[in-house]
Amino acid sequence: MMRYLPHTNEDISAMLEKVGVGSLVALFDSIPESCRRQAPLNLPDPMSEWDLNEHMDGLAADMAVAPQYKVFLGAGSYDHFIPEAIKHLLLRSEVYTAYTPYQPEISQGTLQTIFEYQTLIARLLGMEVANASMYDGASALAEALLMAIRITRRKKVAVSRAVHPLYRRVVATYLAPTGYEIVEIPYTPDGRTDLSALGDLSALAAVAVQSPNFFGCVEDLRANADAVHADPKALLVTCFSEPLAYGILKNPGSCGADIVCGEGQSLGIPRSFGGPGLGVFASRQKYVRNMPGRLIGQTVDKDGKRGFVLTLATREQHIRRERATSNICSNQGLCATTATMYMAILGGTGFRELAALNHDKAAYLKAELQKAGLTIAFDSPVFNEFVVKFPSGFDTTYQRLLEKKIVAGLPLAPYYPELADHCLLCVTETSRRTDMDALAKEVAS
Amino acid sequence: MKAPVGTTGLIFNEPLLWEKGAKGRTGFSMPLRDIERYPVEDSVKGEGPDFPDLSELDVVRHFTRLSQWNFGVDSGMYPLGSCTMKYNPKTNERQAALPGLAGGHPLLPEVLCQGALKLMADLERFLAEITGLPAVSLQPAAGSHGELTGMMVIDAYLKSKGQRRTKVLIPDTAHGTNPASAALCGLKAIPLTSNEQGILSTENVAELMDEDTAGIMVTNPNTLGLFEANIQQVADIVHAKGGLIYGDGANMNAVMGIVDIQKLGVDVLHLNLHKTFSTPHGGGGPGSGPICVTERLAPFLPVPRVVEKDGCYTLSEDFPQSVGKIHAFYGNFGVLVKAYSYILSLGADLKKVSQYAVLNANYIKESLKDVYHLAYDRPCMHECVFSDKHQEAYHVSTLDIAKRLMEYGFHPPTVYFPLVVHGAIMVEPTETESKEMIDAFIDTMRAIAEEVKADPERFHEAPRITKVRRLDETGAARNPCLTGCGR
Repeated sequence: MMRYLPHTNEDISAMLEKVGVGSLVALFDSIPESCRRQAPLNLPDPMSEWDLNEHMDGLAADMAVAPQYKVFLGAGSYDHFIPEAIKHLLLRSEVYTAYTPYQPEISQGTLQTIFEYQTLIARLLGMEVANASMYDGASALAEALLMAIRITRRKKVAVSRAVHPLYRRVVATYLAPTGYEIVEIPYTPDGRTDLSALGDLSALAAVAVQSPNFFGCVEDLRANADAVHADPKALLVTCFSEPLAYGILKNPGSCGADIVCGEGQSLGIPRSFGGPGLGVFASRQKYVRNMPGRLIGQTVDKDGKRGFVLTLATREQHIRRERATSNICSNQGLCATTATMYMAILGGTGFRELAALNHDKAAYLKAELQKAGLTIAFDSPVFNEFVVKFPSGFDTTYQRLLEKKIVAGLPLAPYYPELADHCLLCVTETSRRTDMDALAKEVAS
Repeated sequence: MKAPVGTTGLIFNEPLLWEKGAKGRTGFSMPLRDIERYPVEDSVKGEGPDFPDLSELDVVRHFTRLSQWNFGVDSGMYPLGSCTMKYNPKTNERQAALPGLAGGHPLLPEVLCQGALKLMADLERFLAEITGLPAVSLQPAAGSHGELTGMMVIDAYLKSKGQRRTKVLIPDTAHGTNPASAALCGLKAIPLTSNEQGILSTENVAELMDEDTAGIMVTNPNTLGLFEANIQQVADIVHAKGGLIYGDGANMNAVMGIVDIQKLGVDVLHLNLHKTFSTPHGGGGPGSGPICVTERLAPFLPVPRVVEKDGCYTLSEDFPQSVGKIHAFYGNFGVLVKAYSYILSLGADLKKVSQYAVLNANYIKESLKDVYHLAYDRPCMHECVFSDKHQEAYHVSTLDIAKRLMEYGFHPPTVYFPLVVHGAIMVEPTETESKEMIDAFIDTMRAIAEEVKADPERFHEAPRITKVRRLDETGAARNPCLTGCGR
C-alpha cells in the first residue's frame, strides 16, 4: 500500500481484463527483451512520511543559515523578508498544481496574475513590455544577447567585466556552439564599466552592463546608452541581480536601455541554494516579435468580458520549431506569481521605503567598516552591496569569523585574481544594526 | 452515468491590481529602522515604481479570488498528454520549505552547505540508477533547458574529436522544443517521418544518417505513447556514422524500473522532474531538467559538479572539457528537493508507478476506441492518442470536445499534438488517478460522443459555466495588449 497509488488488486484485475492482457508485466510486451533492465531498482527502502521528515530535518540542519549564522552574502542571491501572506497564498493548490494556461477558460487565475506581473515589471524597469519570465538572471542575459544578435544581424557582443562573473560564464556557454564572439569591457578604478574601452561599435550587436553591478556599484546607465547609441544599430542590454534597487534608483528604461533583464529572486523568492529564481526580461515594444519566452495578452471572450490568453505564439517553438526566438517552453510561473504578490504587498510606497532601508544599512556598514580601518575598494554610489579591501592575511580573519558564525561576504579572488583580499559584502533589511556593529568590531580587532 | 463532477458555484469578479487600493496603504510589515537616513546620490536617484498601494487583506483576497478561476491537479483529473500531471505530494512542499534548505545561500563556503551538497549527490545517484546512465547533471532548469544542455554536450564531444557536424535528425513525433534546442547549437533539424506503426523505421534513419549529422533526438516512449521498438538498431546505425543519440525523457513515467536507457543506445537523456518525479507544475514552472549521460560524455557535463570524498562534499570545477555553466548556480535546487523527497517516499515502488500509469492509459484506450478514432491501434505506454475523425461529420472538432469536457469538471487532454495525428486528443491519466476517477472520465467521454450526434450545436457554445467563455485569441495577437495601464 502506498498513499499515492490508489490501485487495489481488484482494480488491477478488472482493468487488465478490459485491456486483454494477463498481467502488469505483459503490458510492456512491445518493449524488446534486450532493452529491459534485469535487476530491480537499487534505491533506499521507501520512507514513511514521518521518517522522511526526520531525514530531511537532518540535511537542513547541516546548512549555515540565519538566525544561527550572520550571513553577509549577496552576489546574486539576497536575504529579504518574505511575508507570511505570500507563503500562504502560494500554497493554494489552484496556483501551484496547475500547468501552463493552454485552456484559458479554466486558467484565468494564472493568466491575469502573469499579465499583472508583466505590467508591474515593465513599470519597475521603465520598459514598454516584459515577458512571462525566463529561468534565471544568467540565462535571461544570454537570451537577451541572442535577441540582440537576431535584431542587428551582427555576430559580436561586448560584456562588461563588472557583470556577475557567473552570468558571464553562462553567456559564454550559450554562445559557444554557434561561435558568436564575446569581448570583455574592463572596469575603471571606481568600479564602473570603462566606456572609454568600448572601441569600434560598428560590429557589435550589443553592449551588456549590469547595474547595480557585481561590485554593488551603480552604473551611469545614461552615459552607457549615449555611448552605445553612437552607433545606429548597437543595442544597450542592461541586467541586474537586485531589482529592489530600482525602488530608489533611476530605472534602466528612463536611461535609454533597449533590453533589460536580470534575476528577480529578491522579489519574495527564498534563496533555495540558488534556485528556482526568476529570469526577468523586458524590452522596447518595437522588439517584441524578437523576444524569447511566453507573453500574456488582454482580450475579450465571446460575451465581451475581459480575459487573458497566451499570445504572439508564432515566435515560439511549438509553431516556428527551429526558427523560434528561443527553445524556452515554460516560464518560472510560480516564481513570477510570487514576485507579483510581493510587489503588490509592498506597493509603490513600501517598495521605495524598503529600498531606502537597504541602501541606508549598506551606507551605515560602509561607514562603520571605514571607521574600523578598512578600505572601501570603489568610490561609486552603491545600493546594498559594496567591496571592501581587507589588510593582507584576510584568509585568517575570514576563517576566524566563520568560527564565530559570521560569513563575512564573498572573497573575490577566485573571480577576479587582481582583487586578492577583497570581499563583496551585502546587507539588507534583515541585517540588524547589532550584527553590523559586531562585524565591524570583529574585523577591527 | 453518475452526476457530473463539474457544477457551478459562487466565484467572484476581481479587478486588476492597479484598479484597487489607495495611495498610502501597504501590506508589508516594514522592519525597524535602526540606523539613520543616508542621502542617495542625485546622479543615480530615481522616482521608484508606479505600483498600487494595497493592504494585506486587499492582496490576500485578490489572489485568492484569482486562484478560484484556475483548474489544478488538486481540483480534478488533469489528463494533459505529455505533461504527466500526477498528484503533487504535500510532504514535498514541506521539505523544500525547511529553513535550512530554502534559506541556504548558494555561495556559502562548502563546509557550511554539506546538507544541500549531500542531497544533490544522492539525487544524482538515484537518477543514474533509475535511468541506467552513470553520470548526471542537475543544473538544467527545465526540460527544454536540459535538451539544450544535452545537445551542447554532444556538440562539445564532437568538437573534441575535431568534428563540426551541421545537422541532426528529428522525428515528426518529437516535442516542439527539440528543433529549437538543436538550432541554438547551430544544428539544422532534418525531419524524419515515422512508419505506419507510428515508430521509427531503420530504413528511414539509415537513408538520412551521414557523417555530417550529429545524431538523432528521440523521444521514447514517443509522443504517440508508443515504445520505439527499433531504437537499438537505430542507435547502431547512428553510432556507426559517428553520431550520438539524444533521448528526450519527458515520458520516463512509463518505463521506470522496466527499461535500461543505456541499453537502448541513448548517450544523453533529460528528465523532467516536474513530470515523472511529481514536482508541481506551478502554472508553467519552475521545472527541472537534469541530464543523464554515458561514461564517455561525463567529462562534458556542466560545472561545477558535486564530488564526494570521505563523506565530505565539494563543488568541483576541475573538468576542463565541460561545456561550462548553464545556470547561475546549480539549477532549481528547490525543485530537486521535492523530487528527492518523492524518490525517498517510493523507493523501488517507482516501478509500480510506471506499471499503473501504463495500465490506466491502456484501460482508457480500450474503453474509448469504439467511439473515438484511435490513430494507432497498438498497445500503448503511459498515454494514448485519439482524434476527432468520427466527430468530423457532425462538425464537432477536438477543440469543441475539449471545451465541453471542462463543463463536466475535467481538464481537457492535450489537443492538436502530436502533429502527426490530425485533430489529436492526447490522454495521459497518470498512475495517481483511481479506477473510479478513470471510469468517470471514460463515461463522460462516451456521453460526449453521444451528445455530438444528438446536439452538435451545443458544442460551439461550450464552455458556458466557466469564469470566461471562449476568448478572442486572434484579436489578442493582432493588437497585442501586453501591459495594463491606469492607476
